[in-house]
Amino acid sequence: MQNEFAERNKRYLEYVEIKSPKTSPWKSLFFAFLIGGLICCMSQAFTDILPLIFKGMTLEDAKTWSLMLTVTLAILLTAIGVFDDIGHIAGAGTFLPITGFANSIASPAIEYKAEGLTFGVGAKMFYVAGPVIVNGVVYSILGALLNYLIYGVIFK
Amino acid sequence: MDTFFKYLLVFAIGGAFCLIAQILIIRTKLTSARILVIFLIAGILLESLGVFKYIGEVGRAGASIPIIGFGSSLAKGAIEAFKEKGILGLFTGGLTKTSAGIAAAVFFSYIAALFVSPKTKK
Repeated sequence: MQNEFAERNKRYLEYVEIKSPKTSPWKSLFFAFLIGGLICCMSQAFTDILPLIFKGMTLEDAKTWSLMLTVTLAILLTAIGVFDDIGHIAGAGTFLPITGFANSIASPAIEYKAEGLTFGVGAKMFYVAGPVIVNGVVYSILGALLNYLIYGVIFK
Repeated sequence: MDTFFKYLLVFAIGGAFCLIAQILIIRTKLTSARILVIFLIAGILLESLGVFKYIGEVGRAGASIPIIGFGSSLAKGAIEAFKEKGILGLFTGGLTKTSAGIAAAVFFSYIAALFVSPKTKK
């Protein structure tokens, strides 16, 4: 019985291996580089263009606006269902930039809305973003102490 | 520096980070959430060591838009506020500096969840 089960399991895995689409690793590397680079260029373009439209906007504010626009655009694309199609080709090209962080919040928020606004949308939103924010808070505090140790104490 | 060269560097550095992440996906089978956390901590570490500002000067959005830049902002916020306000700044700095991105992502995702119905998987 146990053996039969293992045998069936093995055959199933072989079947999956045959059926699952093969994407060439070189192609996926190329698209990750291309699309990742383009997203960064788009964001840089926002940073450069915004101060020309809104006079008196500081560079720091323009950077923040640009980040927010990139995030909003990623959520919009997630909402209309296009983001996953791009992400399928781009791989790390879309999920490593802030667009991936935005998508990781928007996607489960939409997916789990049937479970309610509190435990569906509110809780599932942070399935990926939660670990990012938790690690970010903890290690940024430790990092600031490390920075103080290096530049405030050792190389004073 | 002329515009074309500037954007070429943004493209190359932003693309290079994504390329490294894609190599990690192919070679190690790490989940995307883990890769995000690895890059985030790398950004925090590089900022804390005082190295990231050189990458940021050359790469601009290419360094700040990948999650490694998010980590760097968190650390930068904490470092600057620590100098200004001491222990209090240590705790307020990081999230203050990154609050716009987090708030925008949460706000618009909530709005999207209210109006959009989940799409059935193909």
